[in-house]
Formats: sequence, structure tokens, C-alpha cells
Amino acid sequence: MAAPGVASAETVSGETQPAFGTVAARLAPVLATVASITAALGLWEFVSRAGLISEQDLPAMTTTFQELWSMMHTRAFWAGFGQTVRGWALGLGIATALAVPIGILLGSSQFALRAFRVPIEFLRPIPSAALIPLLFLTLGTTLQSEVFLAAFGAFWPLLVQTIYGVRDVDPVALDTARSFGVGRFERLYRIKLPSAVPYIATGLRISSAVALILAFTAELFMGVPGLGQIMNVAESFGLTVQVYALALATGFLGLAIYVVFSAIERRALRWHPSQRVST
Amino acid sequence: MNRRLYHAAAIAAEIAVPLAILAAWQLWTVQAQDPKFPRLSTILVEFQELWLFSQFELHVVPSLTRIALGFGIAVVLGIALGIPLGLSRWGRILAMPHIEWWRAMPPPALLPISIVLLHSIGNRQKVAFIAFFCLFPILLNTIDGVRGIDPTMIDTARSYGVRSFERIRRIVLPAALPQIFAGMRTSLSLAVIMMVLTEYFSSTSGVGYVLLISKNTFQLAPMWAAIVLIGLLGYLLNLLLILVERRVLAWHRGWRAATAQ
Repeated sequence: MAAPGVASAETVSGETQPAFGTVAARLAPVLATVASITAALGLWEFVSRAGLISEQDLPAMTTTFQELWSMMHTRAFWAGFGQTVRGWALGLGIATALAVPIGILLGSSQFALRAFRVPIEFLRPIPSAALIPLLFLTLGTTLQSEVFLAAFGAFWPLLVQTIYGVRDVDPVALDTARSFGVGRFERLYRIKLPSAVPYIATGLRISSAVALILAFTAELFMGVPGLGQIMNVAESFGLTVQVYALALATGFLGLAIYVVFSAIERRALRWHPSQRVST
Repeated sequence: MNRRLYHAAAIAAEIAVPLAILAAWQLWTVQAQDPKFPRLSTILVEFQELWLFSQFELHVVPSLTRIALGFGIAVVLGIALGIPLGLSRWGRILAMPHIEWWRAMPPPALLPISIVLLHSIGNRQKVAFIAFFCLFPILLNTIDGVRGIDPTMIDTARSYGVRSFERIRRIVLPAALPQIFAGMRTSLSLAVIMMVLTEYFSSTSGVGYVLLISKNTFQLAPMWAAIVLIGLLGYLLNLLLILVERRVLAWHRGWRAATAQ
């Protein structure tokens, strides 16, 4: 009985003694992160200003951020930004509306899954980029093209994750519900769907990034209005600083989408057995 | 008896559904008479004429070379950078902001930049582009894989006097491999997309180039044949990686099956 007492005494002294030390230990990583980002931005500034890469090819960091700042005061930038976000959101929304129900259906039935396995395995790895010329000829440079491309790309990761999720249901829980006479629909709603949610959240995180890539691709390559199209125009007019500023804007958009969707994923995963501290 | 019947029906469905889809495609294209959607049979004849194998060497080989080089560089760099970062907390603190930024950046946004910065999109730039964006999924998965290793294993090896290089080769790398392969699967599909996109720019060879040219000249059967080819390439490359993974990770699956029981 002495052992736990000793252990707790140790932890108490360990926690109380270096109050300053823990603050420093917590602060140090944050400072290092900030320093690391600052160093990278400084390096960018230096490489350009010192002429290691000419400013025509790589505008200085400060110049680029200034350009982004002044672009953010124009209506054209926000119009393009809105169009890109709209294409992304519609594409991801349609993909989700299709992939989740189809995934639940295919995941619930071994028979259906086997019947559609070959077509899915064939269609899934098709690079959506290969569909651009076809979309050019059929839907043209319209929002529909962009949404179709984004939805097509975002559909597959989400479908596969949903199927995995539904199939990963705890069989004991399912059997228990069945023996208690819980109906088919209720079982789907109360057991299969909740346990598939973490998988769907992961699929959403992957698909949200894919949808942005493809929405931007449609704008850049097909001239559908949006940030990508503005960038294409800037590039062909030789407005280098603008090209870099737009790439920064797109990067920030990508980062924002990633941060939001991985937060959703973490939330959805919170109750999942894989996240329990003691297993 | 019932079970056997069910299995027979499942196998029949597995064969019948793809055939039915192909038949529906053929029937629809025959009926639609739309020049944008040539008959499936026309596409297949065109496919056979172009890609088996008269144009294969001219266009498929350069594309495959680009993917192989870009993907190969990404795998080597991803593992070589990922292992030290996975082992070092401070390395991660310093490197993660940059990795997170580039991973979140949509790759096509950098295509115009590489035109500006590198003055052209020649063969070398295409490979570099593919390698750069394939790097991040592999790098992140390697870091995660290394971090997931039971520290007792590394400590045990250390206390038995296993040198650091040996430790990495015999413990860290094998333990992280399943995750590394997961990253490689993501990267490979990215590689195919990047290959097609970069070949839309200033190319004289490659399947993406053929696709663009046939679209620009309104040769629709060759365009469809190129789409089918790219789909097939994506499928086969994915299959190849799965086969390699099964071979390399055979021990892992055996181990998991054993611990699950």
C-alpha cells in the first residue's frame, strides 16, 4: 500500500515545483512554430531581394502580401473567391448527397456490394482531370462543368469511406438489436449510421480537399469564372505578382477548408473506440 | 443448399452488372447518335488501333516514365524525411507548419507559378511537379506511422545496444510500413492526375497531350479512347501497388490475423 502513496507524492511534487518550467515548456513549441514560419517568409524575402531568383520570377514576400492585400479591396477578387467557393460547395454537397446513401446501401448488402464492386473499382481511379476535354465539349465553360468535376472527384473517397464505415459496425450490437426486435430501418438509423459517422467524417475531409482541387482546376483549365480563371488571365498577361498573390489566396482557402473539416473529423471521432485513452 | 445458391447468384451478379452497364452504354450511344458520344464499339476499335500498340511507345511510355520518376522521388524523400521527423518532436514542431501549408495548397494553383518561376513546363518540371505533390501524403503518413510505434520497442532495442541505423532499419521502418503504403496509395492517384494536368501544358508527348490534341481537333473517338486509356492506367497502377503492398506486408497481415484471434 506504500507504492501508490509514493507515486502520488512524486506527481504532486512534479506538478507543483516547476510552475515556471511548465509555462516555458508550453510556450517553447509555439515560439518555435512562429520562428519557423517567420524564417521561411524571411528566406523568401531574402532570395528575391538579393536577386538569387530575379524579382520578375519570384516577387518578394512583402510585395506579394501587399498585392494580396490590395486585391482584397477589389470586388473582382471577392467575386472570384465566391465563385470558387460556390463551385466547391455545390460539388461537395452533391457528392455527399449521392455517396452517403449509396454507400450505406452497398455497405448494408453483401450482395449489392459484390454486384457493383467491379464498376466501382474501375471508375474510382479514373483521374477526373481526364474528363476536362469531354466537359469542354458537352457542358462548356459553365458552373455545371465545375460542379460536375468537383462532385465526380469528391464522390469516390466518400463512397469508399461510407461503405467501410457501415461494414465496420459492431456485429454484437447489431445482433442484440435484432434479437430485441428492433426493425430494419431503426437498426440502420440507430446503429449503422452512428458507427459509420467517423468514417464519413474522414471521407468528408479527404473529399473537401479533392473538391477544391477540381473546382480550381475547372477554372484554371476551362475558364469557368473564379479564382483559377483570374489566375489564368493574370498569368497570360504576365502579371507575376498577381499570380503569386492568387496562389497565396488559394492556399489560405485550402488551409481554411482543411482546418474546418479536420475539426469536424476530430469531433466525430471523439466517442469512437480508437480514440479512447485506455484500451 | 440455400447458401450455395446465394453464392452462385452473387458471382453471376458480379459478372452481369458490369456487362449490363457496358451494354447500356453501347445501346444508349447507338440510339443517341450524338457525335460527342461515339458508340462504345467505335471507341474500343479506336482504342485497339491507337494504343495496342502503335502509339504506345510514343505517348504511353513518356507518361509512365514521368509518373514512375515523380512517384519514386516522392517515396524516397517522403520516407527519408518522415522517419527523422517522426522520431524528433522538435523536428516536427519546426517542420509541421510548412508541411501543413503545402498539403492544403491545391496543386493546380502552383502550375501557373511553375511556368513563371521555371520558365517552362518541360519534362523535368513535370516530374518535379508530380514528385512535389506526391511527397506530402507519403511524408505525413510516414510521420504518423513512426509516431505510432510502441516506444518500449525502440527503448528495448536501445538497451540491447542495437545501433540507431539498425534500429531504424529493423524496427522503425517495418512498423511504419503499413501507414507508408496507405500514403503511397493516395499519392499514386494524385500522380496520375498531376501527370494528365501537366501534360495539358506545353507537351509534345504523353497521354494528356493526346487527349488535349484530339479534343482541340474534334477527333472524338480518339479522345474517348484516350479517356479510356487513362482510366485503365489509373486502375492498373493502383492494382500494381496493391500487389506490391500484399507482398511487402505479408508478414503484417499474418501478424494481425494472429493477434486478432
